[in-house]
Amino acid sequence: MTGKTVLVLGARSDIAMAAAHCFAAAGYAVQLAARNAGSLADDVSDITIRYRVPVSLHEVDALAVESHAAFVDALPVLPDVAICAIGYMGDQAENERSVERTVAVLRSNFEGPASLFTILANRFADRGSGTLVGVSSVAGIRGRATNYVYGSAKAGFTAFLSGLRNRLAKQGVHVVTVLPGFVDTRMTAGMDLPAKLTAQPEEVGRAILAAVTKGRDVIYVRSIWRLIMLIIRHIPEAIFKRMKI
Amino acid sequence: MMLSGWGRHPRMECTVSRPRDLREILTAAQNKRVIARGNGRAYGDSALNPAGTIDMRGFSRILAFDQESGRVVAESGVLLADIIATFLPRGWFPAVTPGTKFVTIGGMIAADVHGKNHHKHGSFASFLDWMDVLCADGEVRRASRDENAELFHWTTGGMGLTGIILRAGFRLTPVETGWIRQRTVPARDLSAAMTVFEAEQAATYSVAWIDCLSTGRSTGRSLVMLGEHALAAELAPRQKSDPFAGKRRAGRRIPFDFPGFVLGPLTVKAFNTLYYHKGAWGAGEKLVDFDSYFYPLDAILEWNRIYGRRGFGQFQCVIPLAAAKAGLEALLAAIAKAGQGSFLAVLKRMGPQQSCFSFPMEGYTLALDFPVRRDTARLFAELERIAIDHGGRFYLAKDSFLTADRLRAADPRTPSFGTMRRQSRSIERFCSAQSERLDI
Repeated sequence: MTGKTVLVLGARSDIAMAAAHCFAAAGYAVQLAARNAGSLADDVSDITIRYRVPVSLHEVDALAVESHAAFVDALPVLPDVAICAIGYMGDQAENERSVERTVAVLRSNFEGPASLFTILANRFADRGSGTLVGVSSVAGIRGRATNYVYGSAKAGFTAFLSGLRNRLAKQGVHVVTVLPGFVDTRMTAGMDLPAKLTAQPEEVGRAILAAVTKGRDVIYVRSIWRLIMLIIRHIPEAIFKRMKI
Repeated sequence: MMLSGWGRHPRMECTVSRPRDLREILTAAQNKRVIARGNGRAYGDSALNPAGTIDMRGFSRILAFDQESGRVVAESGVLLADIIATFLPRGWFPAVTPGTKFVTIGGMIAADVHGKNHHKHGSFASFLDWMDVLCADGEVRRASRDENAELFHWTTGGMGLTGIILRAGFRLTPVETGWIRQRTVPARDLSAAMTVFEAEQAATYSVAWIDCLSTGRSTGRSLVMLGEHALAAELAPRQKSDPFAGKRRAGRRIPFDFPGFVLGPLTVKAFNTLYYHKGAWGAGEKLVDFDSYFYPLDAILEWNRIYGRRGFGQFQCVIPLAAAKAGLEALLAAIAKAGQGSFLAVLKRMGPQQSCFSFPMEGYTLALDFPVRRDTARLFAELERIAIDHGGRFYLAKDSFLTADRLRAADPRTPSFGTMRRQSRSIERFCSAQSERLDI
């Protein structure tokens, strides 16, 4: 045991759960936070039995921003590492038709995570230590017709994380931005993803642990994505707007 | 998606769903017949269903463990490898393990797997306390020897055809170390190998590598490998630093499909001769880690690719004790004549077994791989005929060539399996490509 604690926000997601396993295997005590947290009781047993670390459940609703300070106050200990894997893609076609759907996606992916990290960042800064890990997305690098609502929310979160990193760099608090490409999760179930570009959740979990340990700033899980996004970033807008990607 | 078993033959386009909870299973299984799939280690089409294959690997949580008794409760998609990684360092090891640890608990129950200790401890079902099964009527039933006993006994070895196994309670066996005291006994022919097996009934583990291509006086020459869990006091200083043999050894991976000639009769013959003499030379006792002893092939990830793109089939039968020698001799003669044996041929003495539809029975089991070629189906038919003539039966977890007629000729329990399927109406909800082929 390391005596350290990791808080996993949006614990029901596959990436979050994989990260929880990796940190538990490395000896971290685990705080799992999600909506309807009670339904994660089997996961508590699983992680406790496998790694023999303390695991606790905490109720949090990303959209109920007014409750976030109380949520952080109620944690038994302020964690050393906080991972935010809260994300909600929605259906792009529905998002386009409905302002309500669009707002729900924007709030889930940007407002909620930013609110939680604002509070945690300030607590970490007061303490003078800690690592915040934001799971954002390559979809936030450039808006595309097929998922720009989700992508723009993630773009906001990515910019928020980079600003936070800049602000806290001299205060002992580190911020990691994770830009996984395709990941084989429940969110992408049914999509026809190319195997070579698609990471398993466990890979993302290991990459996050390594990034926290080594103090890295921005990670792509499969390095091919760094190249892909470099190219996508540099396509002139006049051409990009006509492309089907 | 395109799916196959471990033998990569046959391949089928299957609609696959990967549920996380009961509700998602029920949705995936709506209005169609489905089969549950674990980690895809059955060789043939046991876990293929083009209409609905349910990937159970999302059910991967260990739910309870008692350090005093070694009892585990786990969801059916948990890998045996995870059970070992979690509990071996606490002094507990699977009471029965097949030759790969990359199988799920659900798959182990459905195939009622056996291991190198079958002659002594029976199949996995012997250490299974209970399981929860999603039945044809949509109800989840707890099945044990006392509760829904019929369901319990038909589901162990039932190839997933009684329902979907959700979670199970089973027992591990206590060990002091992760090392095995292995003793290798060379046997110059089949009779000698059988004599060793009969004489070594007290050994915890026994298995033989058998040379399927040697003929004449050395027909059936073998290396019988006996094993015992090493006690802590028996470890040398080198092993004492790693008592549970937990140091990571990186797996090698077969990087591409081997072309067909690599496994031609000459190369296999040469390999077998070398392997036998190397084994005979090094006969005697040594300490090996559990991975090398139980799972030598797991060290070569994706070893199924050595058989080339067309895949392979594994023939595994068990011949009852009284007819074992004659049956094995006839099988070896047919294999040598076909000149197609692989270097992965295994002979093992099995013990008695009470079960409804499980594979094992008291006698000798022979297992070997054949790359799929034009005439493979004919070779399997011939080997199956020989086994049937000697009262033998077949391991459905390995099978991809058996026919409905030959299954019935081999296994008189087949009609009662069918009756159970109709009465429980599981036949209306669960089927695999294999169950359709075998009409069960």
